[in-house]
Amino acid sequence: MDPIEQFRIVKLIDFGQVDLPLIGKTDLAFTNSHLAMTIAFLVIVAFMFIVTANMKVVPSRTQAVGETLFGMIDNMADSMIGAQGRALFPFVFTVFMFILAMNVLGLLLTFTVTSQLAITATFAALTIGLVLVIGFVKNGLGFFKLFVPAGVPWYAIWLVIPIEFVSFLLRPFTLALRLFGNMLGGHVALKVFAGFVVAMGALAAGGGFGVLGIPGAGLSLAMVVALTALECLVAFLQAFVFAVLTCIYLNDVVNLGHGH
Amino acid sequence: MDIAAAKQIGAGLATLGMIGAGIGVGNIFGNFLSGALRNPAAAASQIGNLFVGAALAEALGILSFVLGILLKYG
Repeated sequence: MDPIEQFRIVKLIDFGQVDLPLIGKTDLAFTNSHLAMTIAFLVIVAFMFIVTANMKVVPSRTQAVGETLFGMIDNMADSMIGAQGRALFPFVFTVFMFILAMNVLGLLLTFTVTSQLAITATFAALTIGLVLVIGFVKNGLGFFKLFVPAGVPWYAIWLVIPIEFVSFLLRPFTLALRLFGNMLGGHVALKVFAGFVVAMGALAAGGGFGVLGIPGAGLSLAMVVALTALECLVAFLQAFVFAVLTCIYLNDVVNLGHGH
Repeated sequence: MDIAAAKQIGAGLATLGMIGAGIGVGNIFGNFLSGALRNPAAAASQIGNLFVGAALAEALGILSFVLGILLKYG
């Protein structure tokens, strides 16, 4: 059992080679990763449709679920970006819901899309791209004040500017790698312990001293259950952390120079 | 030593980076808990900061993990 096997991309419907402008020849196919993303999208739309159907002032149970999720991200965005961030809330909420759906569905049902570096890197590039666009549109060349924190004495400024600049350049990498690494690591650990169950069972089936494999298999199975519970928490936490960091990076450029 | 064996050893050594991430995350949660027990009223408002700090510390451990995976399967 190879724990990396689960991350292999399989072509479900192959469209063969296509010739794209600028990119050149490339493979076009409907893959399992693609299918999982489509399912995540449909689940979000269905979920939002159900929780907003026949809305009341006093929420029903299903409506309360939606309101809790919405309110949590809304409060977080509001407290971090402030009143000017209202326009950015839809982006943060969309990213949060999509990552959450992909994480949870990947854990329970489908292929884990967020364990592909290409996907998480795209999310990070989207976020940092938005930060750059807003930064330059809103502040013009004043955007570069981001690298000069207020209140630094003049003799330390030559040291602080390169550090701030490098840390800004590292943001998309850490944003992408954190989600990717957490999902990959968690699922590999799950598969490794699940593999132990099978290996210990085979040992026990061999008879003789192999019977000692039975408690080992039970222990591994308990570990798989515990890890699955932990992964449920991680799936939610990573989506939340991605949303929080998106808010922090957006706040840097929306409220440049007068942080609150 | 052949290159395949060196790769396996390197992947194992790369995971040592997680020690630092473990210390960092433990520090954050430990300090949060001691602070929260002294002033439970203020604890709820700092949950967001707690998870951001933990995520930032954890990212460095994840980097070492990714490096290990790259060495082993790359």
